[in-house]
Amino acid sequence: MGLYDVIRRFDAAALLGAAQNAQPRDVEAALDRERPTLRDFAVLLSDAAAGLLEPMAQKARLLTRSHFGSAVVLFTPLYISNYCDSVCAYCSFGRNHRIERMHLSPEQIAAEAQRISETGMRHILVLTGEARKIATIDYLREAMAVLRDRFCSIAIEVYPMTRDEYGVMVESSVDSLTIYQEVYDEQAYHRYHAGGPKDNYAFRIEAPERACDAGMHAVTIGSLLGLGSWRSEALATAAHLDYLRTKYPGVEMAVSLPRMRPLAGDFTPPYPVGDRQFVQMLLAFRLFAPEVGITLSTREQAEFRDAVLPLGVTKVSAGVSTAVGGRSGKASTTQFEIADTRSVEEMKDSLLRLGYQPVMHDWSHRLTGGFHG
Amino acid sequence: MVTDDPLIIGGITVRSRLITGSGKYRDDRIIPDVLEAAGCDIITVALRRIDLDRPQDSILNHVPKGKVLLPNTSGARTAAEAVRIARLSREAGCGNWIKIEVINDSKYLLPDNAETIAATDVLVREGFVVLPYMSPDLYAARRLVDAGAAAVMPLGAPIGTNRGLQTRALLEIMVGELKVPVIVDAGIGRPSHAAQAMELGAAAVLLNTAIASSEDPVAMARAFKLAVEAGRLAYLAGMGPESMTARASSPLTGFLE
Repeated sequence: MGLYDVIRRFDAAALLGAAQNAQPRDVEAALDRERPTLRDFAVLLSDAAAGLLEPMAQKARLLTRSHFGSAVVLFTPLYISNYCDSVCAYCSFGRNHRIERMHLSPEQIAAEAQRISETGMRHILVLTGEARKIATIDYLREAMAVLRDRFCSIAIEVYPMTRDEYGVMVESSVDSLTIYQEVYDEQAYHRYHAGGPKDNYAFRIEAPERACDAGMHAVTIGSLLGLGSWRSEALATAAHLDYLRTKYPGVEMAVSLPRMRPLAGDFTPPYPVGDRQFVQMLLAFRLFAPEVGITLSTREQAEFRDAVLPLGVTKVSAGVSTAVGGRSGKASTTQFEIADTRSVEEMKDSLLRLGYQPVMHDWSHRLTGGFHG
Repeated sequence: MVTDDPLIIGGITVRSRLITGSGKYRDDRIIPDVLEAAGCDIITVALRRIDLDRPQDSILNHVPKGKVLLPNTSGARTAAEAVRIARLSREAGCGNWIKIEVINDSKYLLPDNAETIAATDVLVREGFVVLPYMSPDLYAARRLVDAGAAAVMPLGAPIGTNRGLQTRALLEIMVGELKVPVIVDAGIGRPSHAAQAMELGAAAVLLNTAIASSEDPVAMARAFKLAVEAGRLAYLAGMGPESMTARASSPLTGFLE
């Protein structure tokens, strides 16, 4: 049975329904569990748990310190192409938006890489739109040839690929994959992505698994917060995570919690996630999966990011631009507005001040992977 | 006591039987002070954290001269990956000592003994001083020794758990049977755990989290130094047997002697 079938059979509503009757003592029992189950995870998302955020936070902090120490890894995104065949209702890069389209040449990528490199950044996340015929596998391979000597770790956040295509990426020095399901609720997924190539729920949800199978070192998944009910989205993400970590125990798994910000297309998230809910979800993930990385993006305000660091965050972006060509030349429209505009240096200073160790180098594609240069 | 009781690993005599790691610190600048307080001769570093292009920006910058660097292969999931990381480590100027860590389970971080043996076999032949991290198992340890491991490093409990010598019975067997130093690595959360490991005859202990995650790493490093020395001294002095019942220190039949 493939993941798609596992997820279809997974009855999130029943687990959440049962958890809504949870009492404080059930939350305490879930908190005490050495290896919490998905049922415990649902309890940690309940109203009863909302009243126990402080003890949850205390345990989350201890678990994070025990597994990750004080290390927080820094990375930055590099948008190389914003052509897109999709019409995602929430994204300003959708083909229905009349924005300037850019597609960086290898020389332009090198110029962007140089600017990023000068900030000391060594982990990079390469992004493109969902346009297979423009941001082709060969194009990505050329981009990696430019980037691999400049960065120690390269992650991609692009369209879902086949297993063999992920294999090509691994051979090209890509060590990490980030892919969000966007929304796990299948009906909502089809509503948001109707009429584009992204309208294939199963192919997307099984993408992280194909990447693990192809030898990817690290994989980050998540749901775009605001598109669906936060509890069911968090629970589906946890179920997805649990499936992957059980099947591929050697892959470094992470969860990202991107919360929607205002975009160019006047899209208002139908299920806005408040700060308390966000924190509860973050804590639930940390308690459920102490060994899993948690990424927090610059969609969040600087003060908020600083405040939630001790609760389990292990990876943050800094020196961010969400435009194509945003650092070295004429920039495109941004994909979304960032809220935390701190430079790499400012981010490092803040982390040190807060008692964290900014880690610029946590992995190198040269250590393993497919590149034998 | 330390000068009379040297530990020899890979042909090098080390005075201190405490080995520490270099990860998880809030600020790496504290590392020289921690090493000073711990009195360590050997320090482990994760090669994954060393920027091979900019080694000056890495943790190596904080390791004082004169220490033996023990790079580890953290992040390796197979023997082939561990071998690759070890070679890169040597090319990067980190010396020819290597702690093999082959872990293919992110949840429990337990080492894969079979892959570890395979990697040891290759690296010893390439001239490395190999210290393999392992699950405590006598047969696997013997194979590692046969392959040329300079020491074996069985875990006391899973990494970072601070649960002490959960594997005590197996460690005791290994200490009794093996001719190479047995270094207890992982799980040691308190100085008393370190003392217990030394009392049962471990050649040394390796720990990181307990010091690095402490509120005062320098003071904790000193506490571990003292515990390791106390445990070793007790082992050398020879400890009396444990008993469930009391035994008078002034026996009633003493006059017959």
